[in-house]
Amino acid sequence: MIDRVFSTVVFAAAALVVAALVWVLTDVVSEGAARISWAFLVTEPRDAGRAGGIAPVLVSTLWVLVIALAAALPLGLGVAIWLSEFAPKQRGFAAYTGITLDVLAGIPSIVYGLFGNAFFSVYMGLGYSLLAGGLTLACMILPVFIRTCESGLRQVSDDWRQGAWALGMTRAAAVCHVLLPAARPAILAGLVLGIGRATAETAALLFTSGYVDRMPESPLDSGRVLAVHIFDLSMNVTGGDGAAYGSALVLIVLIVLLNGLAQSLVDNWFKRRISQ
Amino acid sequence: MMIDQPTAAYTLGEMEQKAACCVPSPILQVRDLAVYYGNNAVLADVSLDIHKGCITALIGPSGCGKTSFLSTLNRLTDYHPGVQVRGQILFDGHNLRQESVDTLALRRRIGMIFQRPNPFPLSIRRNLDLPLKEHGVRDPHLRKRKIKQALKDVGLWDEVCDRLDSSALSLSGGQQQRLCIARALVLEPEILLMDEPCSALDPISSRVVEELIMRLRGRYTLVIVTHNLAQARRVANYVGFFWMRERVGKLIEFGQCRQLFEAPTDALTAAYVSGAQG
Ligand SMILES: Nc1ncnc2c1ncn2[C@@H]1O[C@H](COP(=O)(O)OP(=O)(O)OP(=O)(O)O)[C@@H](O)[C@H]1O
Ligand SMILES: [Mg+2]
Repeated sequence: MIDRVFSTVVFAAAALVVAALVWVLTDVVSEGAARISWAFLVTEPRDAGRAGGIAPVLVSTLWVLVIALAAALPLGLGVAIWLSEFAPKQRGFAAYTGITLDVLAGIPSIVYGLFGNAFFSVYMGLGYSLLAGGLTLACMILPVFIRTCESGLRQVSDDWRQGAWALGMTRAAAVCHVLLPAARPAILAGLVLGIGRATAETAALLFTSGYVDRMPESPLDSGRVLAVHIFDLSMNVTGGDGAAYGSALVLIVLIVLLNGLAQSLVDNWFKRRISQ
Repeated sequence: MMIDQPTAAYTLGEMEQKAACCVPSPILQVRDLAVYYGNNAVLADVSLDIHKGCITALIGPSGCGKTSFLSTLNRLTDYHPGVQVRGQILFDGHNLRQESVDTLALRRRIGMIFQRPNPFPLSIRRNLDLPLKEHGVRDPHLRKRKIKQALKDVGLWDEVCDRLDSSALSLSGGQQQRLCIARALVLEPEILLMDEPCSALDPISSRVVEELIMRLRGRYTLVIVTHNLAQARRVANYVGFFWMRERVGKLIEFGQCRQLFEAPTDALTAAYVSGAQG
């Protein structure tokens, strides 16, 4: 009896979550599908975005994402390797690093935006630019990415470490050739989380990459990313709802595509290291 | 089929009859070795000679420091945090505990096999290819030849030659352990340290590995830790018996296999090998 009630309750919880998701998705798809066409993807917005397309917005989004990942990936993996392989006891500096990361992971993105503006845009003189935005996003996704990779590496069996060392492999070689491939699922999970968070970010980018909807010519130009575009259309532009829905649908599809791409890239890269 | 066939084809030639004793020519000379974890001594006053081409078995109850002892011989203890080693280990006359010793090259000459088979989660081929590459064997043809030879030496070639690119983790436990032995052999070591190489295996696989160990005698120097006294008696030329005294591991007796089992000088040894203790 109790079990039946319990299972009904937890099922209801699951159903509620799925229903909310389905509702959001159908709303976006039904409202947005009408707006989407090839022209929507490749033309510039007109009339503050009410008409025209989202070409420069897409380009800016990809720029920001590429910059964020290019900065966060190597740095994040490096820190994760240091924490799990060279400071496994989590004492001293490593302990502070860990606490810092956990605090950073919980800071709202608007604070990252303010920091990015003060540090990258003003102090480093990057101004409102895709580069400043991408670097700000990198700071934002780093904590979660590092923690995910670190725990993945920690879970790799110690037998493999010992085995690699006993063969006279350097610690670096053990990490690169044995431990990282073994921690592949965790690295991928961290990557997917990072991509999702970076692609959907609005607040941190308002202050750093800006909201000019011109086509960026270089990463030093400012540009408007999809999430900012959606925000602007729905909050500041009367009659922009249709375009906002269209952009939202593009954003969702983009995230799904990017995750698929990340998955196949990581899998391919590791497959070469695993068998070749 | 996942069961090891004891009839596997070896390329090591006829199995040698166990010599009661081989010509004693020490390759490793351990003098007054002590191992500490933090402030706790786990091993003290160990002195013994490991003779070239022979099988030396180390027996003793759990926790008396056998694994720690093996790890000092290839300096794997360097990577264990908080460990301290004192004493001398002469390898070909040079103290391998000196700072200046190239530990990576040392571990190429002194290989190690662990209790739980630990093939890397890579393909069978890559498991053997990786250590060769890491030790600078550039020529792919040479690597290929060495890999084939090592797999043949452990009698695994016929079982895996058509699936070298599948994961090493798809092998059975016994096959995995033989792959680990092949992975050590591919580097052409002089000494193989084996930490309970059969204890995680089923009886048939265990038998196959034991047979392999005996075939390696002569070509390699083997030091094998085992809890299986019958196995020690079957394979070893020399036997060392470790025991805890005042919570510190000591080498109680060391000698030729027959003598230690049949006419032990120490009362503890006599009790242990007759199964009365431990
Ligand atoms: N990394 C470590 N840190 C602290 N103490 C350790 C460590 N490794 C081993 N010890 C301690 O050293 C002692 C000897 O351990 P060791 O593994 O060498 O024994 P063993 O003879 O191999 O035992 P077994 O037969 O169970 O494998 C044990 O008391 C163990 O608790
Ligand atoms: Mg042990």
